[in-house]
Amino acid sequence: MEAYQSNNPSNGARKRDNSGKFYKNMLHLKRYGTLYLLLIIPFAQILLFRYTPMINILAGFKKNQFLWPLFERPWADNYGFEFFIKAFQDQYFLEALRNTFMLNILDLVLGFPIPIILALLLNELRYMKFKRFTQTVLYMPHFLSWVIIASLATQVFASRGIVNNFLGTSIPFLQSPINWVFTYIFVGIWASMGWNTIIYLASITAINPELYEAAAVDGAKRFRMMWHVTLPGIRPVIVILLILSLGRILGTDFERIMAMRNPLVFEYSDTISVYVYNMGIRGMQQSLAAAVGLFQSVVSVVFLLMANTIAKRFGERGIL
Amino acid sequence: MISKNNSKIGDTIIILVFIILIMLCIIPMMNVFSRSLSSSSALVRNEVGIWPRGLNFDAFRAVSNDPKYFRSLIWTVILTLICTLFSLFLTVCCAYPFVYKQLKGRRIINTMLIFTMYFSAGTIPNFLLMKSLGLLDHPLVLIIPSALSVYNMILMRSFFYGLSDSLRESAEMDGAGPLRVLTSIYLPLSKPALATIALFYAVSRWNGYGDALVFMNNAREWYPIQLLLYNIQQDTQSIEITLQEGFAPPGLPQAVRAATVVIATIPILCVYPFLQKYFVQGVTLGAVKE
Repeated sequence: MEAYQSNNPSNGARKRDNSGKFYKNMLHLKRYGTLYLLLIIPFAQILLFRYTPMINILAGFKKNQFLWPLFERPWADNYGFEFFIKAFQDQYFLEALRNTFMLNILDLVLGFPIPIILALLLNELRYMKFKRFTQTVLYMPHFLSWVIIASLATQVFASRGIVNNFLGTSIPFLQSPINWVFTYIFVGIWASMGWNTIIYLASITAINPELYEAAAVDGAKRFRMMWHVTLPGIRPVIVILLILSLGRILGTDFERIMAMRNPLVFEYSDTISVYVYNMGIRGMQQSLAAAVGLFQSVVSVVFLLMANTIAKRFGERGIL
Repeated sequence: MISKNNSKIGDTIIILVFIILIMLCIIPMMNVFSRSLSSSSALVRNEVGIWPRGLNFDAFRAVSNDPKYFRSLIWTVILTLICTLFSLFLTVCCAYPFVYKQLKGRRIINTMLIFTMYFSAGTIPNFLLMKSLGLLDHPLVLIIPSALSVYNMILMRSFFYGLSDSLRESAEMDGAGPLRVLTSIYLPLSKPALATIALFYAVSRWNGYGDALVFMNNAREWYPIQLLLYNIQQDTQSIEITLQEGFAPPGLPQAVRAATVVIATIPILCVYPFLQKYFVQGVTLGAVKE
């Protein structure tokens, strides 16, 4: 009885509260409903094309009967991991794995520092017109498609192309596998070096000018300022971009590799993306390709998280 | 403070470095350009460097007379226009609501969007989805699945965040709803950002061929120009397939290849220098973390 009496008023209050909430919600919806309507289309697009494919990852765990609907296919052997095991017994996959690591690590080691150096040098340019012209020209390759870039490369680096004419040699830049690897890396750097300076240049402008004045008072010359003020000033951005590129260590720009590879260098040019395409889209090994694709996505996320953790342990701001 | 001599030497070295880099960027383009304008005999004798030898327009004539190539070019122009408009629409629709802090589920939606930037299902699952939606070999597969780029959405959103709240609030006082605020305040003020993002979308559609390669390999009549170029490039060794693609003007193939490259590149190279100021701003905005 006592409990009932003590409960009663609070019940009523909750009821009133609820109807108030309902009223408030309606008001909210009346005022901001359009916002939800606006969000529906893009959100549906993301749900449909980014999230529903995740259900289809199942294909990697099912038998390779790709003419059947996905859910009716029987499960693969070894608790569904048949194709993951198969992949690691496949010489072509192991080669693709090696090539992916090799090309990405070379890209990282040779390519990552270049935009930083360029940004530091661009920052030192005092002739504004020349600076702007340089930037316009260096940004250009970013606006070319990989087909075009590869086409330029095959013409320029042909055994009788302009580079060999200039050097007076006939080096097989694209025909011998080892040479091809370095041409591929070089062309990649060529295509992205200018564009990637933008972010560094922007963060250089955010550096406090007082730091430069203080350094000048201490008698620092240009190079020392670059080393002791500018470079530390953009360190957070460098770390973030490094984390992001470590997250891509198992990914390949599909369009880049597809355009640049040629039959003479398949042993070094076929990365995991190419493997998935050859096996799953061109070939008949859908389950195998789906398994390899999942492996690639998961390892990429793991690498990203690991790089992020390490950066944070060293006292840097991460990306997550 | 800085000794004059020292800095002059430094300046000279830096300028020299950039002159070399500029040459590195321009010479390949000039080489291809002059190849497209050179006579086939000069090409065969391997005489073409930076300037055309035996100037003529046969290669361009050959390309423009080829219906397949011409059709693909027109289709890609239309495709790029449609994609850019549709993508801009989706991007604005997605970015604008985030301006309102009152929006419910703002955080969870944001997380769901960001997640897709770091994890994707992969090629085969996407392929299976397109298959079950009946989009394989359908031109819409080039438009809808890649319509919204989360990266570009974040750019747009950062720009919207940068606009002052007081503008919006005073408009709301006057009784303007969210849609009215968008069309009469936010969009007119965001022209630079809209231009940048339009450029990004247009470039990625004009240059992209990976999705076409995977999802519509059998629909030759809907090939975007880059996929057509890709196939030609892959097959130049075998004349048979070159014939199949409709390219066999005898004695011309080298010049024709160069001409196709030039034609597919010119539209973008004519536009981007004028938008440079904006896209530099745009990329910089992307660095603003939420």
